[in-house]
Amino acid sequence: MSIWVGRETKLLVQGLTGREGTFHALACREYGTKVVAGVTPGKGGTVHEGIPVFDTVAAAVEATGADASMIFVPPPFAADAIAEAADAGVGVIACITEGIPVNDMVRVKAALARARGAAPAPRLIGPNCPGIITPGQCKIGIMPGRIHREGTVGVISRSGTLTYEAVDQLTRLGLGQSTVVGIGGDPVNGTSFIDCLSAFRDDPGTEAVILIGEIGGMAEEEAACWIAGSFGKPVVAFIAGQTAPPGRRMGHAGAIIAGGRGTAADKVKALEAAGVTVVKSPADLGARMKDVLGG
Amino acid sequence: MKVHEYQAKSILARYGVAVPRGEVTDHPAEAREIAKRLGGRAVIKAQIHAGGRGKGGGVKVAKNPEEAFELAKAILGMTLITPQTGPGGRVVQKVLVEEALEIDRELYAGITLDRSRALPSVMVSRSGGMEIEEVAAKDPQAIVREAVDPTVGMFPFQARKIAFALGLSDDAFRKGVSFLQALFRAYVETDASLAEINPLLVTKSGDVLALDAKMNFDDNALFRHPDIKEMRDLAEEDPLEVEASKFGLNYIKLDGNVGCMVNGAGLAMATMDLVKLAGGEPANFLDVGGGANEEQVKNAFRIILSDRNVKAVLINIFGGIMRCDVIANGVVAAVREMGLSIPVVARLEGTNVDQGKEILRRSGLKIQAAEGLADAAQKAVGAVR
Repeated sequence: MSIWVGRETKLLVQGLTGREGTFHALACREYGTKVVAGVTPGKGGTVHEGIPVFDTVAAAVEATGADASMIFVPPPFAADAIAEAADAGVGVIACITEGIPVNDMVRVKAALARARGAAPAPRLIGPNCPGIITPGQCKIGIMPGRIHREGTVGVISRSGTLTYEAVDQLTRLGLGQSTVVGIGGDPVNGTSFIDCLSAFRDDPGTEAVILIGEIGGMAEEEAACWIAGSFGKPVVAFIAGQTAPPGRRMGHAGAIIAGGRGTAADKVKALEAAGVTVVKSPADLGARMKDVLGG
Repeated sequence: MKVHEYQAKSILARYGVAVPRGEVTDHPAEAREIAKRLGGRAVIKAQIHAGGRGKGGGVKVAKNPEEAFELAKAILGMTLITPQTGPGGRVVQKVLVEEALEIDRELYAGITLDRSRALPSVMVSRSGGMEIEEVAAKDPQAIVREAVDPTVGMFPFQARKIAFALGLSDDAFRKGVSFLQALFRAYVETDASLAEINPLLVTKSGDVLALDAKMNFDDNALFRHPDIKEMRDLAEEDPLEVEASKFGLNYIKLDGNVGCMVNGAGLAMATMDLVKLAGGEPANFLDVGGGANEEQVKNAFRIILSDRNVKAVLINIFGGIMRCDVIANGVVAAVREMGLSIPVVARLEGTNVDQGKEILRRSGLKIQAAEGLADAAQKAVGAVR
């Protein structure tokens, strides 16, 4: 079992014909994902690497029945691409693009909120994230597929490479993953920790969850609050940035301690109070999960 | 990106935010002329990016143009140390010479992103001059917040709500409402990440002005604001960070002695944490990014080595898109160019890991291989001791 994406997911790629779009679309297809369409305005009617290209997302959806999108559009145009996918009724939108202006995301999020009520409600993952993968079934994003393995641990993370670390550790210990979601490193994103936790709670195929947070914002604290009240499955967590200085952006646009808020210490405290097992070293994520699951 | 007070005020003025009359200069004699134009009395304000300038002696009132000359002469070129500059301080290159106003009340107004709501939020308090963090800690009730949807803009009722919360009345109320609306428009239209007016001044004659102004901008949106981008002052930034930004590298200098080269921001932060956990101190944050080429890697390594505090380097790569052979080639090229006198520990994992390790081995360089995160950090910290 899994959340949001699986064997039946039909993927379209916005920005397919670019270098990155092509590279990763092919890697997804090789992994087994059904890559059914590409969208590049002006290149509609052509075929790229065996994938039909359309001018608009709406045309791609109509012709292929695509229900998920992976976005590789450059930052100035990415918010527009998200809005277009949502407008065309795409259910899962994974935006990989890094460097989208905050204001663009604020506007798009407001637009998506207004679009709710329409069916299906769009699920935006990211931006500035590695994407989402249900091992053995469907990979949407830039994560290395081979380190994953089918199983029952859900993984949610604000960081790309740190997710790979966690997944690699799990797989080496024989623990597979149900679904791995990168929610992205930006201050405004589409899917929160709570959205993922809520889906993992309802997924009988997920036994436990690894949560990887970092400094900045209150998302981990909000997640802790939610876990304390309504989760009921074990969670192992790591918070990156325990040694980060305040007021400095640590690479990710969202990773900043501002006004004394968003420190790693606060997040660890909140998570521990909610009964989450927090590891000090990211090297211990896999082993601790194994302990939690009873060896 | 940060800008100086005088730049923030010039931007705000374009949107109709009331600011005191004043001019910027880097010359004492010109400060005298500006004071004359302002009517004699003037405030001389050091222009550096850090706050707390008054406490460090960077803000003085001149009673007449001659005193403006003397004060500007003393402040220009001085190394100003404030609670925010660190012990090194900053050299003052420019002063803002402003009219001296009759203060009735000092308030606070700031706009920044409320991440939980994904909307800009206006924050005000009646405790002008105090840091908002301090107010939040001492008396959180004293801060009034109003989230505003930028797609519709600030409704007049929202501005009124805030103005009432600030206790404004009569003429000052009317001016306060339009000040807040103009400030919000400036924040949104310039893609600011912070617009902070502290203090927000109410004069005895009922005018509402930005006595001080701080604006930060979203780096990702600077492409649509070339005029603001030009305001960047490289002298205010760490030279190594400026150098790194030329190559599209995310580098932040820290105080420790273990240099770190990592791919991915989260892993880079976690690597710093691992160094600390192993008993060491990281010298920097460095994310070479997901798609770095050999040239970028080479420059990244060179920049790490040019920090004189660095006594060992830890390379920590989990290759997803990033290929380990690219990292290895970049490191070897950097060392060939600059030589290497300190220990290097490399932990490579992921795409093309065997080729990467082979390149390092064949290079004949003294690079210690590590297996796994904990081992890498322990070896790097051990090498410093």
